[in-house]
Amino acid sequence: MATQDRKNTGGTSSAEEEDLDTPAPAAPAAAQDSGQTQGVDDLLDEIDGVLESNAEEFVRGFVQKGGQ
Amino acid sequence: MIVTGGRETGQPGELPAVGDGISVHRVMGTETEYGIIAPALPSANPTLLSSQVVNAYAATLREGLGNLVNTRWDYTDETPLTDARGFRMDRGSAHPSQLTDEPVELTAEQIALERGEPAEAAVLMNLVLNNGARLYVDHAHPEYSSPEVTNPLDAVLWDRAGDHVAVAAMDRIGTTPGFSPVILYKNNTDNKSVSYGSHENYLVPRRVPFSRLAEALIPFFVSRQVICGAGRVGLGPLNQEAGFQISQRADFFENEIGLETTVRRPIINTRDEPHAVAEKYRRLHVIIGDANLNEVSNYLKLGTTALVLSLIEQGLAPVPELEDPVEALRAISHDPSLTVEVRLRDGRSLTGLQLQELYCDAVTAALPADADRQTRDVVDRWQSLLATLRRDPMEAARAVDWVAKLKVLEAYRTRDGLAWTDPRLALIDLQYADLRPAKGIYQRLARRGDVDLLVEPADVARAAVEPPRDTRAYFRGRCIAEYPAEVVGASWDSLIFELPGERRLQRVQTREPLRGTESLTGALFDAATDAEDFLARLLSGPDRRVAP
Repeated sequence: MATQDRKNTGGTSSAEEEDLDTPAPAAPAAAQDSGQTQGVDDLLDEIDGVLESNAEEFVRGFVQKGGQ
Repeated sequence: MIVTGGRETGQPGELPAVGDGISVHRVMGTETEYGIIAPALPSANPTLLSSQVVNAYAATLREGLGNLVNTRWDYTDETPLTDARGFRMDRGSAHPSQLTDEPVELTAEQIALERGEPAEAAVLMNLVLNNGARLYVDHAHPEYSSPEVTNPLDAVLWDRAGDHVAVAAMDRIGTTPGFSPVILYKNNTDNKSVSYGSHENYLVPRRVPFSRLAEALIPFFVSRQVICGAGRVGLGPLNQEAGFQISQRADFFENEIGLETTVRRPIINTRDEPHAVAEKYRRLHVIIGDANLNEVSNYLKLGTTALVLSLIEQGLAPVPELEDPVEALRAISHDPSLTVEVRLRDGRSLTGLQLQELYCDAVTAALPADADRQTRDVVDRWQSLLATLRRDPMEAARAVDWVAKLKVLEAYRTRDGLAWTDPRLALIDLQYADLRPAKGIYQRLARRGDVDLLVEPADVARAAVEPPRDTRAYFRGRCIAEYPAEVVGASWDSLIFELPGERRLQRVQTREPLRGTESLTGALFDAATDAEDFLARLLSGPDRRVAP
């Protein structure tokens, strides 16, 4: 037959399932915080690298007409 | 072959087109109007740019990624309906004059042609794709309307297929000499005054009075944004105040119920165009949703709505009547802390989360012990997301667009000390929805593993060229794949064939969304030698569900 339920129904990735099933080891609060800060810094660096260069002008130029 | 999220079933006749019991399974689909600009051409006509998207994708198809069908949209299904049965061969009922009755498209086409674009071929304003979807110019935006599917997970997959098509079109335009690159955005406002839609469609039985749908859906739609809003920098339809809000669309809604979709937008849209057997079905046209990039947000948007529809059909839906739904919609959207309360007519005041919990609890109480896996999965995710949002909204960034966007914005505000009026924050809001893989902030988050995903990229690519197999979209898509020369018109509930040597067109009606499936028509396609043979077999078929 044409259809069948997807494994894990939601199509949840196995990685995510592991996250749910396996509690993360308790890290010392300070270490966790610095790890998170590092992740955020990385992310902002990455976004800095792709943001359009002239924010004000670019945003002003995004003009749409009508729509449902 | 795409393994879809539809239920395992024996005979297709066993599956109702609308929900049976408390379930996420019913016929549904999505529509996305993409935001569009050509940065190097600030004054470009948006209709012309949108037609470039359609034509660029057509050019991509011509190069072998699928069949090109310059298929006209058949608008005749918008006329009053007769008591037609599912698949009706209406020989000779369609004339060429009917096929050209496309005033909006022609007007747009004329505008495009006036701008002096290539005259060697007609500018296409409409495509019906191999996957059963429609890609067309909707006034000033390119729009992708997904094929009909039977469940939220498939709806997410074929919605993502639309984004895949959009990216392919952008790439094509960007690499075509003489054309200025175009950027497509999956968002809902230009943050100046304009909003454009991301609609959902759900098949519901006509026997359910519309007033019962409306009364239960209004408080649900007012609060649904907390689990699937896309987030917006700026408050008010004219962006007259600085700040962040949960929904892209909330500030553009002015009415509770109405017919309009472009002005004085209503929370409940009453357009009654079933695109199916009108005596049996309504198509609930939902216009209030935000366009979602996050797959879980999209999945829950569709899944929880399907569940609430099934509650209404069973007479089990809560009706927490709001004192002022339009104001409540705005108040909830303007409060990312999720603590603001809105007043009910019975004197209670509830938060958006509490309203959602009312519906989630009602579903949980009514859920049968043998509920199918996808239904159970949607309920589990809904419950756990509401618990997360109650604990700390910022913990839901992996699953909720508005939270992911707000987290990035707050990180910038912290690092650079930015006020909400800073144009960089408005740019982040806009660029979150940029569909270019390298530039889009959501795309970056997904690649970094910062968001939860539900569908495989390879499946998305296949869904761009293959229809769902368990709805009439299979019939539409396969007709276009097999008989690109003979299919001269299509709509949600018809295919129009022009056979060589025959003066009259043949219109095949597909008014039952769960007929025309692979199991009903796959063998017919496999056996037919050409379009004429196919139509002959369809006409003489012994099974009335396939042909009269």
